[in-house]
Amino acid sequence: MNLKDLSIREDRLAPGHRLCPGCAASIIARIVMLATDKPIVATCATGCLEVSTTIYPYTAWKVPWMHNAFENSAATLSGIETAYQVMKKKGKIQKDIKFVAFGGDGGTYDIGLQSLSGTLERGHDIVYICYDNEAYMNTGVQRSSSTPYGTDTKTTPTGKASFGKDQFKKDLTAVVAGHHIPYVAQASPHNYNDLLRKAEKAFATKGPAFINVISPCVPGWGYPSEKTLTMAKLAVETCFWPLYHIEDDVWILDYDPKDKKLPITEWLKTQARFRHLFKPENADVIKRIQEHVDKDWDKLKKQCGVK
Amino acid sequence: MNTQELKKAQALSGAEAVAHAMRQIDPDVVPAYPITPQTDIMHAFAKFVSDGKVTGELICVESEHSAMSACVGASGAGARVMTATSANGLALMWEIVYIAASLRLPIVMSVVNRALSGPINIHCDHSDSMGCRDSGWMQMYAENNQEAYEQTIFSMKFAERAKIPIMTCMDGFITSHAVEPVILFDDAKVKAFIGDYRGDWPLLDVDKPVTMGPLDLFDYYFEHKRKQSEGIYLAKNIFNEVAEEFDRTFGTKIDVVEKYFFDDADTVIVAMSSTCGTAKVTIDKMRKEGKKVGLLKIRLFRPFPSWELRQILKGKKIVAVLDRSESFGAFGGPLFTEIRSAMYEEKGPKIVNYIFGLGGREIDAGMIERVFTEIDAYKTNEIKEYVKYLGVRG
Repeated sequence: MNLKDLSIREDRLAPGHRLCPGCAASIIARIVMLATDKPIVATCATGCLEVSTTIYPYTAWKVPWMHNAFENSAATLSGIETAYQVMKKKGKIQKDIKFVAFGGDGGTYDIGLQSLSGTLERGHDIVYICYDNEAYMNTGVQRSSSTPYGTDTKTTPTGKASFGKDQFKKDLTAVVAGHHIPYVAQASPHNYNDLLRKAEKAFATKGPAFINVISPCVPGWGYPSEKTLTMAKLAVETCFWPLYHIEDDVWILDYDPKDKKLPITEWLKTQARFRHLFKPENADVIKRIQEHVDKDWDKLKKQCGVK
Repeated sequence: MNTQELKKAQALSGAEAVAHAMRQIDPDVVPAYPITPQTDIMHAFAKFVSDGKVTGELICVESEHSAMSACVGASGAGARVMTATSANGLALMWEIVYIAASLRLPIVMSVVNRALSGPINIHCDHSDSMGCRDSGWMQMYAENNQEAYEQTIFSMKFAERAKIPIMTCMDGFITSHAVEPVILFDDAKVKAFIGDYRGDWPLLDVDKPVTMGPLDLFDYYFEHKRKQSEGIYLAKNIFNEVAEEFDRTFGTKIDVVEKYFFDDADTVIVAMSSTCGTAKVTIDKMRKEGKKVGLLKIRLFRPFPSWELRQILKGKKIVAVLDRSESFGAFGGPLFTEIRSAMYEEKGPKIVNYIFGLGGREIDAGMIERVFTEIDAYKTNEIKEYVKYLGVRG
């Protein structure tokens, strides 16, 4: 699908919702839902995307949509999808319908991990999209297991005795890959073509598909609202957030900056949440972050068979 | 059952009887997670699925939380949905139990009553379902296997017509695992009674997209809760409608309460579930001795039939309410507080509470007889203790 085709498709998330200016979650949701021309039923975990798009009596969703609770976007969708399979079998529904669950990193990496794991293991024909903004943003920027090492959050505040979060980010995409589902990917909204292609593939896949999408957050990360896609791009160019996919257990790297790989400081220095790391006493923290990124990147390249 | 009826009966446990009801209802989706003593329902239903005797899908989820979450999804999609659980399983569902009710999704959940942890215990009491008596679900309690079976079929139609989910409860092990003669209705009759189901605004109607479960703040939330409250209150009328249809179809009466040697009794026990069977045996014996004792069995606990009970119980001299669960820090068990509240405007009867049978502690005819004897004395004596404990040491 090219840009021209895309431009004539109707958006499935209406404007006028109350997400922050520059929020990546709505960009991601719109691109993902444009990736199929089939009808969609969506679920949403409690979080920014949910609360800001459905303040009663308004809704921004042009597709059937359900929010149940924080930790069960996947399990809820598994019930909807099963209902669909049964009704289709019984001849009560003829249409070919696609199913997509959205969740933030809180609802996916943490509280919803079990619900996601169960849904993937059972093999439901659904797509799960994690918009990963790297903290509990909806409740006011508390750390999640996705929050990077050294981040200043409300529950890992910097202080005399703390440089911020003391743990590295959970590798959820690899955790999902461990379920050996047909399709797993990591994507970024700055590369809309890549995200769109991955979403298209995910919808076309029979069985569960999962896409983890980096979702820069203006208030949570601390950068000007027009820089969202730059933030996403820098996460990719520094190899902090590599773009890759796993199809039938084969790992494929989708983007390699090669010798243009940027140092992690190029990403860190643009955000208020990392500002404290540039104090002289935290030089070793930045060093550890760089070492961690490099190690993960090498490991990923090896896994993808890239030299 | 008379000899004629016994010939038509099958030997089934309560759990198997409920599984047969589920087979006959043939729901579209059954998301469930095994927990003792609910397991036997799941085993029997899973076998029906494996043998191709039902057309719906069993989703073997990874937890009760996901079981109820998938129930909400499937029911919101427009499917007919059932599940089953016990004790800690119900506790794990708790958050979504409330959501199911607020979305007015008519899910039928068989609750095989078991004591809540802690300490962990697998045997019967009502702490699990009583704990969510304010969740917005309707609740019915079955005395025996036959009732558990009939109530399940009744509940499906009741829930769908009222647009409110229902817990249909039976006593763990005592009812779920004991084998009794059960008369199953004709499959086709059940099918005809239940009829087809389609949700009002199903998610799968993609041409009419709906948003379910939006953020609802101070400007609307209260009105929605008020309507929910009105809905469950009005469900009592629907209960009577469905009961009439049930009687017409199957020749079986289901009422919100059942009276046993009640009308001329001046000394009365109010109870629920399998304990009513024990009370009936005791009453038979005591009646032979010329004692005017009787039983009022409560079948519908939510919506609570306060008005009906007020009419039924007024004029009685002394009533003992038997609660198979504790309400810590409250003035008596849940059934007791409901009944005392219902009777407040009446001059009588005197009402006392007995909490019994926690964690599966045995209750026998001797204990029921002791209650009757003890409360008989309250007709003239002053009641010094309103909340008493039955069958506990110390």
